[in-house]
This record gives sequence, structure tokens and C-alpha cells, in this order.
Amino acid sequence: MTDLRVNFAGVELKNPIVVPSGTFGFGREYGQFFDLSELGAICVKGLTPLRRQGNPAPRIAETPMGILNSVGLQNPGVDAFIAHELPELRRHDVKIIANISGNTPEEYGGMCEKLSAAGVDMIEVNISCPNVKAGGLAYGTRPEMAAEVTEIAKKSSTVPVMVKLSPNVTDITEIAKAVEGAGADAISLINTIRGMRIDVNTGRPILKMNTGGLSGPAVLPVAVRMVWEVANAVKVPILGMGGVSKGADAAELMLAGAAAVAVGTASFADAYAPVRVRDELSAIGERKGLANIAALTGGVRPW
Amino acid sequence: MPVQKMCTVAEAVRLNEFAYSLTLEVGEEMTSQTSCGQFVHIKCGEERLLRRPISICDWQGDLLRVVFEVRGEGTQWLSRRKAGDMLDVLGPLGHGFDLSAKRLLVVGGGIGVPPMLGVAKAAASAGAEVHAALGFRDQGHQMLTDAFVECCRSMSVISDDGSTGRKGFVTELVEEFLRNQPCAGADCAACSGKPEPPVVMACGPKGMLKAVAAACAAHGVACQVSLEERMGCGVGACLVCACDMADGSRKHVCKDGPVFNAGEVDWND
Repeated sequence: MTDLRVNFAGVELKNPIVVPSGTFGFGREYGQFFDLSELGAICVKGLTPLRRQGNPAPRIAETPMGILNSVGLQNPGVDAFIAHELPELRRHDVKIIANISGNTPEEYGGMCEKLSAAGVDMIEVNISCPNVKAGGLAYGTRPEMAAEVTEIAKKSSTVPVMVKLSPNVTDITEIAKAVEGAGADAISLINTIRGMRIDVNTGRPILKMNTGGLSGPAVLPVAVRMVWEVANAVKVPILGMGGVSKGADAAELMLAGAAAVAVGTASFADAYAPVRVRDELSAIGERKGLANIAALTGGVRPW
Repeated sequence: MPVQKMCTVAEAVRLNEFAYSLTLEVGEEMTSQTSCGQFVHIKCGEERLLRRPISICDWQGDLLRVVFEVRGEGTQWLSRRKAGDMLDVLGPLGHGFDLSAKRLLVVGGGIGVPPMLGVAKAAASAGAEVHAALGFRDQGHQMLTDAFVECCRSMSVISDDGSTGRKGFVTELVEEFLRNQPCAGADCAACSGKPEPPVVMACGPKGMLKAVAAACAAHGVACQVSLEERMGCGVGACLVCACDMADGSRKHVCKDGPVFNAGEVDWND
């Protein structure tokens, strides 16, 4: 039996399978299909200081082997999360990672203080949402701004801080090095890739916001490449994500350098996807005769 | 609790040039939880990531029936399924119609007609007096009318070009029906002893629902509408199928709906 436990930036995960922010709500819905304790960790829907309604619909478009979304960080706000959602999530034996987005460094800091005090296991700093006007992606595309947000998040947190990177940059390693230098305990990538679809009959973009973020199997090779580049540039552990829908995809991201892997869009097609990916990954570990699944991490043998 | 499972197609029937009916062996675990106005989320081939939400037309025993028109690649694929094929079905999903009314008018426009058949049947078998107003583009799009006749006290059909029923829009039928009802005011002396006002339940294009909602509001009649939006997960986790409410909030068609009270909905585009 391959031991699936991994230590991720000091947080003990019972397996390396995580569900990424924005694909899993606060766990209530998919908790109808399987016990949330089956997962390594849950990254909750992106939180902001105040409640946000998000963008107008349509917010989703199908693409070849993928989807575009433009939800725009709809969430009840950090205080409502702490009051109503966190206690419910805490009933399960699963690590909780709070994903946060702010308009200013101070907003990130304030949320980190509240969430640390509320007892989440880790904070994921989103500097890469492509669907909001202020903050979000702006922090994720400039190394010095990414570092500034990371620094204040670290200073305001008593739990490990992970920074989620955008793939919408020329050189992702610059940003990765900047956030590592500013004290990030871990890095997650990739957020969605900006894209657009147009209805040929009407000439209108399918998304009301015109553009959105691409996810799903179509982005897997981009994720593998970027995880590999970042793994070669930094020492902190990586939560790899982007298009994982089967165990072999998760293994690929781990070989590229990820210590843990998130399964997101795949849940929309198969409600059991995260659990299935975990089992398939476990089978791969056994077939390779691995004592611990962590042995996959960074195991790629580049030409 | 919704079920995700592989189901055998028990029967595949083409209803007209555009509409297809699939009867699926979904099992009693799914049908026993089903209520009118809910939907199932069906995987349409490996190469299409998103499931397609299709409203439930009817169900009985371990069988569940959906009726859909070909709108794109997904429904095109679905239309080619034959008896004996397997389909990956997730359901039942969503919040359906409140069937507590004793008298109701079911209103269907185009592909909004099939879910109203389930409503009509369930309400009629619960002892309600059911009337139906159905609108189709033309004769070629007409479907399921015989089944409505079986369970409804009255049924009227209208079409855009007059090739079946009268020429016009289904809203006209709703307006006429409501005009012929005793007024809804509880304090109206003229109405004392008259039958209680009907409840209108509607499914169809948004423009039609808006007009039906306005007619009901003008007559003081309660109205429930089934909305559509591009959907992702179907269970309320991904938050893509947002719809605007009159109070300025945003709800989600998959989990809070697809059926809403017409008064809750923001009808402005």
C-alpha cells in the first residue's frame, strides 16, 4: 500500500488531493455525494472582506475540453463564512484552506487576521482572479505587488500562507520567486487562463463579461509546464492544479514538482472526481512500488 | 440527495422534427425523490465537459422521461441515443413547483411544454383542477398535447403562425383565462362563494415568462416560473447560473430554482 499522506508546508494532509477554490462552494453541495473527510483539503470559495454578488450571467461557456467562467468572486464575505460555513466544515476531518481576495494589501491583512483567529488550517492568497476589476489579477502580474501582498498576509497570519499564481504572465517564475522571497509558505498554480468565446449567430460573446477564465483538461499541459518551471525556481511546496480529471493527470503534476494536487472543474462532469482521482493516484503509486506518494514529487526526468 | 449513475435508455422516441423523448431507467432511488419542475443533468459524450440540464417531463416507477429539442452539439449527441444505450445522469436537481393549489393553469411555451406535463399529471392525480395553455412556434413543433388532454380539465393551443390552434402568443391565452376568473380580492363581496383563484405555473422563453408574470400580477394571481441559465455543476457549488432577483440579490437557477415565484424575479434585462 502506498502511503498517501503528505506534509504540505507543515499541514498534514491525509492524501494529496485538494479541491480548489471556486469549484466546490463551502463543501455543502458535494458533501451530499461523499464524505468530505475523504479529501486532503478543501480550498473554500474565494472570500472578500464584504459580501459580493459577482458578475451578471451568463457566467459560463463550454470550450473544447474546457470551460470559461466569469463568476467574479461571488461570496458571502469573510465574516459570514466564519460564522456560518466554517463551523459546518469543521464537522469533517479535512483541512480547510481559506482563499482570499482583496482590493488593497490592508484588506488581505485584515482577512488573514480574522481567518487565523477563526482557526483555518491555511490561507491561500488569491492574486490571480481574472474576473474582477480591482486587485485580483493586478497583484498577480507584478512581482513587487505580489511580494507586498504576500508580506502583509504573512505578517497578519498565524497559519501557513500559500499564494495562488496567475498563468497570465510572461514569466511565472519571477512572481513565484517574489512571493517566496516575501515569505510565502507554499505556492498554488495555475489559476485560470484568460479566454473568450463568441456566439457566431449573434456576434455576441457568450459570457456577459466578454472574457473569462479557462479551466478543464484543455489547460493541463500549461499547468504541468508552469508547475515544472516554478518547482525549478523555488523551494516552497507547490499545490498543482489545472485540468486534472484522472489519477495520471495528478501524477503528472506531481512529477513536475507539485506536492499536492487540486481537482476542480472535473467535479462538474463527475461529482465523485476528487475521490476517484485519489484512488487512481493511489493505484499508480502501488504500481510503481512507492512507499509514499510524495516520492512522485519532482520525479520528472527531463531530456 | 441527488444520485449520479449510469442509466439505460428504455425508450427513445422522436416526437416531431425537433423534439426527442428519452425514457431512462434511473431507478427508484432517483424517482422517489423527484418532484415536478426539477431537472436531471446529463453527460452528453466524453468530449463535452459540461452536463446538459434537462427538465423532467414525467416519471413513474423506476423510469424517468425527458423531452428536449436539439439546440447544439450536446443535445444533437443526445438525440442520437437509442434504446439500450447508457447515459450518465445526475439528479433529481433543483427546487420544483409548489403543487398545493386546488386550481391551476399550466403554461408552456415551446420546449417549456414538457415539464408542465409532469405538473399537470401530478396536480390532477392529487385532485386539483388543471387547465393548460400551450404555445408552439407552428404545427411542426407541437408535441405532447394528447397527454395534456388526458389529465387536464381544459387545454388550449396557440401558435405563432396559426398552423395549430389559434394564431398568437400563449400570453393571450393566459390573459383570457385570468379575465374569466372570479376576482382574487378576498374582500370582494361579488366573489363570495366563488371558487378560489387559480395559481399559474409556467415554463418557456424568458420573454414569455415575463409577460405571463405581468398578466398574473395585474390579476392578483400567484405565479410560479421555471427559469433557464447556462449551468455548470448543477448542484449549487460553482455559482455560474446566477439570476437577478427583484430585491437586488442574485440566486442560482440550479439550486434555488429553476422554479421561482414570479414576484421574486427581476424581469428587467
